[in-house]
Amino acid sequence: MNTTLDMIALGHEVIIKKIRGKDKIRRRFFDLGFLPNNKVKCVLISPFKDPKAYKINENIIAIRNIDAKNIEVSYE
Amino acid sequence: MNNIKVALIGTPNVGKSTIYNALTKNNEHTGNWAGKTVNYTKGDCSYENTLYTIYDLPGTYSLISKSKEEIVATDFICFEPFDVAVVVCDATSLYKGINLVIQTKEICKKVVVCVNLIDEALKKGIDIDYELLSKNLDCLVVKTSARDNIGLNNLLNAIKLVEESDYLDLNYKFLNKDAYNIANNINLDSINNKWVMLRYLENNLHYIDKYNNFGVNITKDIDILQKKLKNIDISLEIVTTINDKVNIILKDVINYKDKKCNNKKLLFDKILTSKLFGIPIMLLMLFIIFYLTIIGANYPSSLLFNFFSSFESNLINILEFIHLPKFIIDLLVNGVYKTLYWVISVMMPPMLIFFPLFSYLEDLGVLPRIAFNMDKAFMKCKACGKQALTMCMGLGCNAVGVTGARIIDSKRERLIAILTNAFMPCNGKFPTIIAITTIFLVGLNTKYGSLYSSLILTGFIGLGILLTFIISYILSKTILKGMNTSFILELPPYRKPKILNTIWYSLKNKAIYVLIRAIKVAIPAGVVIWGIANIKINNVLLLEYLTNFLEPFGEFFGLDGVIILALLLGFPANEIVIPAMLMCYLKTNALIDFNNLIELKNILILNGWTLKTALCFLIIMCFHYPCSTTLLTIKKETNSLFYALLSFIIPTLTGLVIALIINIIF
Repeated sequence: MNTTLDMIALGHEVIIKKIRGKDKIRRRFFDLGFLPNNKVKCVLISPFKDPKAYKINENIIAIRNIDAKNIEVSYE
Repeated sequence: MNNIKVALIGTPNVGKSTIYNALTKNNEHTGNWAGKTVNYTKGDCSYENTLYTIYDLPGTYSLISKSKEEIVATDFICFEPFDVAVVVCDATSLYKGINLVIQTKEICKKVVVCVNLIDEALKKGIDIDYELLSKNLDCLVVKTSARDNIGLNNLLNAIKLVEESDYLDLNYKFLNKDAYNIANNINLDSINNKWVMLRYLENNLHYIDKYNNFGVNITKDIDILQKKLKNIDISLEIVTTINDKVNIILKDVINYKDKKCNNKKLLFDKILTSKLFGIPIMLLMLFIIFYLTIIGANYPSSLLFNFFSSFESNLINILEFIHLPKFIIDLLVNGVYKTLYWVISVMMPPMLIFFPLFSYLEDLGVLPRIAFNMDKAFMKCKACGKQALTMCMGLGCNAVGVTGARIIDSKRERLIAILTNAFMPCNGKFPTIIAITTIFLVGLNTKYGSLYSSLILTGFIGLGILLTFIISYILSKTILKGMNTSFILELPPYRKPKILNTIWYSLKNKAIYVLIRAIKVAIPAGVVIWGIANIKINNVLLLEYLTNFLEPFGEFFGLDGVIILALLLGFPANEIVIPAMLMCYLKTNALIDFNNLIELKNILILNGWTLKTALCFLIIMCFHYPCSTTLLTIKKETNSLFYALLSFIIPTLTGLVIALIINIIF
């Protein structure tokens, strides 16, 4: 099932399919390890539901929902 | 002596600055969040007949990035002459570090890999095969735990021993023969030409510009090549190639033993960022810090005060003994000495307690979580959540907060953070706020007085936060119009701060810093205040001319002429507002001495202070122009007189308007 990263529930792990968006933000995602076929998990949700934090390559990264929409993911 | 220039690079928050400090015996403050070091610092260290010049570069995730603080690091690697690049990696998350190692090896011939935080990795049950890592990377690998001074000598040895190797030649599969031909035509000696070609190919304007200036002339060929490759996502291909290489290198290097520890920390994180507790916990932490500061500072403050004031008569005797003219004695004692010891005894203790407590939170890694919790509100104001980090720093010192705004990528959002930083009352204002709050709002000798005082101080910070949001919103709707850019922030793992180190660092650096600053400002200010209060023109004191002139202005905002004058005199440093005020009051009322808060209260009440005066004063004390140091920093950071002026006007106007409202309502 395909969706975007901001939609996944707390504690769920998904596989990255595609990174969209402008060059600058894609670059930042790439640097942090958001690459196709890598696994990512939603680990924290902030008090106002936005941003959320995700675990990738043992790091925890906070991303605004609007930015996380750029990352297409799929449940296995 | 042999001199080796060493560039220290690494992803943010891996302890580069800790290594730098340990090697150079320097005392840059380190903090547990990405972007603490915003510009490179340089220091020396000698070991076994070799002088090492070490450059501590800002943390960077990659060397092909475009963000402001990351370019500092890459530009250094590309354009500055140095001998050895040391890539510092975090043992608890090797992926990021090795990614950077690969990128560094593409452009540097002498690379040493330093795996730091090995103690933490051990605790987390992460087992790393360092020999295999070294073999896979074809590179010297040194294990360190810089906080405990472990492995640093090995690191220095490795830096001395490392031999030159060829640039790492990654197999970018999408590159064709034409691409390699273009690279060969570049002909620059000191850099990997294929790397330069790749930057042109992916349209990295910063480097295209730089290398065009070096006479590289391949734009036309690149255009043709880009057209041929137009179906290929070049940026993605480049990072995937690097990523694949990292995965090959790390294969079989890392073994996880158990993951319990991580879960415990995640639970803590869940509470700290939960809907119910997130915001209250943050305010509670602030409150506890203020409470500890207030109760902790009481005793040493009065001790210092009594100590210094008991010397006053002796000082006068000594000065009279050496036959100094009477007015010089008066100038030195009542002008300089009094201002000086006020600043030292009333201002220094709270600052010295607040600073280590705050550093403790910073080292622990709490600040990025605060930014995470508050980001939604900043988003609504079209600002960046990282502004919360600059605000936290502003609590320590506004000048530091302004410099720290470099972590915000977008220029517009950075300016919002800079212009609103003065809404966070700095460390230097706290003692004044505490004193006036205690006297007028809480009452001296009230049961649980410190508790109430800290509550009120927290309230003022809360008001500051609210005003920051309001002003940020107004700014982003008017002169700094624009849309949100992205917000992506790493939440670093919690790290147990070295408590003694933090205290020692704060005392050593902050105490000396505060003392010197106090002396620098208090002495001339004391002279000026004494002058104003003693020089007569046409038989009327200069002080009276000034206060009479300022009186109507002050009254309009619920204050008086002396308070306005004191606030103006406090421009170089907020610490001297109260002593300046006292000096003026004492002169007009011929009171000779003041020893503690009770007498301060008496003097103020004698001069017509009421609860309303206190409220208006507190508001204006919290929200007025930043001190001269901060303004200079703003001028430097924004490179614009306009924004420096704006950052002067905005908080001042806000404070005055609120005071006016209080004055009218009461």
